[in-house]
Amino acid sequence: MKPPSALPFLARETYRLRRLMDAARFLPVFGFVLLLLPLMRADPQTGTTSAAGEAVYLFLVWPALILGTFLMSRGLRKAFDPSPPPAATAPLVPQRAADPDAARKD
Amino acid sequence: MSFNLLVLTCLGYVALLFAVASLAERSAEEGRAGWLRSPLVYTLSLSVYCTAWTFYGAVGYAARSGLEFMTIYLGPTLVFVGWWVILRKLVRIGRENRVTSIADFISSRYGKSNLLGVIVTLLCISAGTPYIALQLQSIAQSFTVFVTDLDSAPVAGDRTLIALWVAIGLAFFTIVFGTRNLDANEQHHGVVTAIALEAVVKLVALLAVGIFVVWGVAGGPADVLARIDAQALPDWQVQPGRWTGLILLSAIAIICLPRMFQVLVVENVDDKHLATASWAFPTYLFAISLFVLPIAVLGMERMPPGSNPDMFVMTLPLALGRDDLALLAFLGGFSAATSMVIVASLALATMVSNHIVVPLWLRLRAAQGQDTGDMRLLVLNVRRLSISIVLGFGYLYYVLSGGSEALAAIGLIAFVGVAQILPALLGALFWRGASRTGAALGLSVGAALWAYTLLLPSFGAGVILPAQVMNDGLLGLSWLRPYGLFGLTTLDPLLHALFWSLLVNVLAFCLGSFLSFPSPIERVQGALFVNVYDRPGPARSWSRPLAQAEDLLPMAQRIIGATSAQTFFQAQASAQGKDGFLPDITPEFLEALELKLAGSVGAATAHAMIAQSAGTAVVSVEDLMAVASETAQIMEYSSQLEAQSEELSRTARKLREANDKLRKLSVQKDAFLSQISHELRTPMTSIRAFSEIMMDADSLSPEEQAHFAQVIHDESIRLTRLLDDLLDLSVLEHGQVQLDIAPANLRKLLDQAVTSSKSVQADRHFRVLRSRDEEEVMITTDGGRLTQVFINILSNARKYCTSDTPEIHIQVRQVQDRVEIDFTDNGAGIPTANQALIFEKFARLTDSLQAGGAGLGLAICREIMHNLDGDIVYVPGQGGASFRVSFARILTTRAARREAAE
Repeated sequence: MKPPSALPFLARETYRLRRLMDAARFLPVFGFVLLLLPLMRADPQTGTTSAAGEAVYLFLVWPALILGTFLMSRGLRKAFDPSPPPAATAPLVPQRAADPDAARKD
Repeated sequence: MSFNLLVLTCLGYVALLFAVASLAERSAEEGRAGWLRSPLVYTLSLSVYCTAWTFYGAVGYAARSGLEFMTIYLGPTLVFVGWWVILRKLVRIGRENRVTSIADFISSRYGKSNLLGVIVTLLCISAGTPYIALQLQSIAQSFTVFVTDLDSAPVAGDRTLIALWVAIGLAFFTIVFGTRNLDANEQHHGVVTAIALEAVVKLVALLAVGIFVVWGVAGGPADVLARIDAQALPDWQVQPGRWTGLILLSAIAIICLPRMFQVLVVENVDDKHLATASWAFPTYLFAISLFVLPIAVLGMERMPPGSNPDMFVMTLPLALGRDDLALLAFLGGFSAATSMVIVASLALATMVSNHIVVPLWLRLRAAQGQDTGDMRLLVLNVRRLSISIVLGFGYLYYVLSGGSEALAAIGLIAFVGVAQILPALLGALFWRGASRTGAALGLSVGAALWAYTLLLPSFGAGVILPAQVMNDGLLGLSWLRPYGLFGLTTLDPLLHALFWSLLVNVLAFCLGSFLSFPSPIERVQGALFVNVYDRPGPARSWSRPLAQAEDLLPMAQRIIGATSAQTFFQAQASAQGKDGFLPDITPEFLEALELKLAGSVGAATAHAMIAQSAGTAVVSVEDLMAVASETAQIMEYSSQLEAQSEELSRTARKLREANDKLRKLSVQKDAFLSQISHELRTPMTSIRAFSEIMMDADSLSPEEQAHFAQVIHDESIRLTRLLDDLLDLSVLEHGQVQLDIAPANLRKLLDQAVTSSKSVQADRHFRVLRSRDEEEVMITTDGGRLTQVFINILSNARKYCTSDTPEIHIQVRQVQDRVEIDFTDNGAGIPTANQALIFEKFARLTDSLQAGGAGLGLAICREIMHNLDGDIVYVPGQGGASFRVSFARILTTRAARREAAE
């Protein structure tokens, strides 16, 4: 028997957008934890941290966060665009295939 | 560099700002503001966060505390990285409700309460004024640092004088571009564009100095990193408490600072710009802070001990002989300071005029029973005055504090002050249960604690708080010491104040919300803010309009101007389908008007003014109920209408069907009449002809006479049969038939019918398929009539079956106490279109010659079956014509049936 070549999930785009929204909510928490790492580092001999080392670390985490936000914001922009928001197009797909999240208000 | 040259450069730069601002204003007026309101300009205008405190102070901060200066930029970065959670909702609500300031936002959410507006305004002023003073100080300081020639020292050395002139100049700029008109959206294109330009200047300046330092003075990044470690002081160790606390504090500040709210929410023209700013603004902050540490380290290395690290950005290039870079840095610092002062004084002035002066003035006028006069000019003048007052306060503060070192700390102190708004703000966004009482309690308690534990002590012991209170606590109670409340002495004073004020603030806010009961308008606004994505447009809050449009138009004219008000009224009237300037006073109109006015004077004032004119000061629960029940009634009525119209269309359909049937029947009746005339005439004609022949009896042989008599007889019988049929039908139709009910065997009745029907087209061989076992049914009915029906059906089959080998199938079934008999032949059947007609009287599908009857047979059958408590129907799709006869197995008399039914 040939496996079904069609994708079983019809509302892929809506699903992707919703997961992207979840990621956007999660990113600042993740970023905050990364920014706290310098507190937990110390040279075992002197018990102090190197200011230059930590500065390099922070100035690397920072652009990484910016890059993540930049990539996400391009996808999230879609949530503003359509006059009926993505959630409203959910009825177009079969009920079972619709993302259970689609009914959630956010 | 001479002082005059410096002043000239400054004036030239300010002139450039004026030109840019007025160009932007003119473009906006002409509707060509497209690029002016792009995401880029929006992002750059957000840089008003980076004040002179960050421009000069960050380097000083880094020189004193190392990496800790970064927390001031990392917190806002996190907020923008998480823009989807808070900022998006904040901006959306702000735009939808035409919020004019953060005080307006809080007041609007908590039932358009002016009390909250006043509290937030006072808090923002007490936190903002020292901050403005700090900017004035930094500008004055930068002047004196720059000027080296002794001739101008008397002027250049007088910082107070410089600060005064700067304050006057900034007030002038802000008044010109900030109160140009009462914009419906409270947006200031000129101001925003000028600030965007200043953002570029300060970034370029800092980057230029940084690049010069890293590659011009030091030997590139690696060398700088080595020097950083070499210069590191013991104080540079990251302190976990301060690090975490300051990141959180600056994150809070970027949301709650009045000037940030102004550029972030009020001046926002499109939600989508936030998507760009989410990464572009952190990038800006990143670029601003990139070279701070190298500048600080090289300053510490190269500058003589004891020089002020806050001025390294300028003094370092000066010491290294790069006057051009120093001048650029001076302009950068100047930009940072002026942009902050402009936006902050604009935001504060809007709050002061909308929440304090205008409401007071209105109340005063109302108490005196006077007309409110021209509000438009009043509001503008109040705002101009407020700007002057705010800047005046800032200057006064600077003079009184004497430019002390204490002022430098005021940046973070102001952050903690505005952070008190956070609980009420987050509650406004996410918690429907947050109430006005809770917000007012939390704000007041938090602000009081902030003042006691941080603001007042910051002036130094003995200035405002007596040294005795500082050391021994209020009233000599040691657990009330400002820096050690309830014995918490190990915390840094800033964190101590942040912890206690926010903790008690949140506690009071929650308790107040738990225990109080919100007013209806508060609940409406709460739902509106929290569920902003669920419902487009604001909620209805006006239900019982009492005012006349004639009264509202002058009021609106006074606030938003005659032309604008008239255009608005006209548009509203035409939307209602009316001509002229006076729309009907519907709740929708009142809401639209309130929103329009709110864009100029704030939600609370707009609400109060319309309430004054419209006569319904408060929307009561009864009003809301009335609206709800009105809606319910309309819905019920419309569903009734719907049902009625459905019934009507059903009736119409029935009528149409009946009409169609009548028309067909009428055609049939005409056809029948002509045919029956023909049928009657044919025998009558032959009877007449043959009787005329027989009158000449002489010429006829007896055989001929007998033959003719036979013909006459036959024709008479045909006539009689026709008339009998008609009579029979009429009797059956009127239910006057006498039934002869008796027990009978169904098989015998069928045998009889089959035999009788053989006389029809006797020459055709016809197979009759039966199953005799099932036919053995004893029935009690009128056997003679039933046989008549069978004969009719069988005769029809013999007549009309088109098959070459005709056969008919008779199936008998018993269903409960009824008997069903199917007669199915293998002919062509009856076309669908005619199936409904065959049981009608006079119906005949083929022409009369072939049929040889009058078309009454099936009509009679149906009437008979009805009389036998049964029916005869045509069953389509059985491979030929198929008739189903069904009847009660045991027929009771009609009287008995009627009794049983009753």
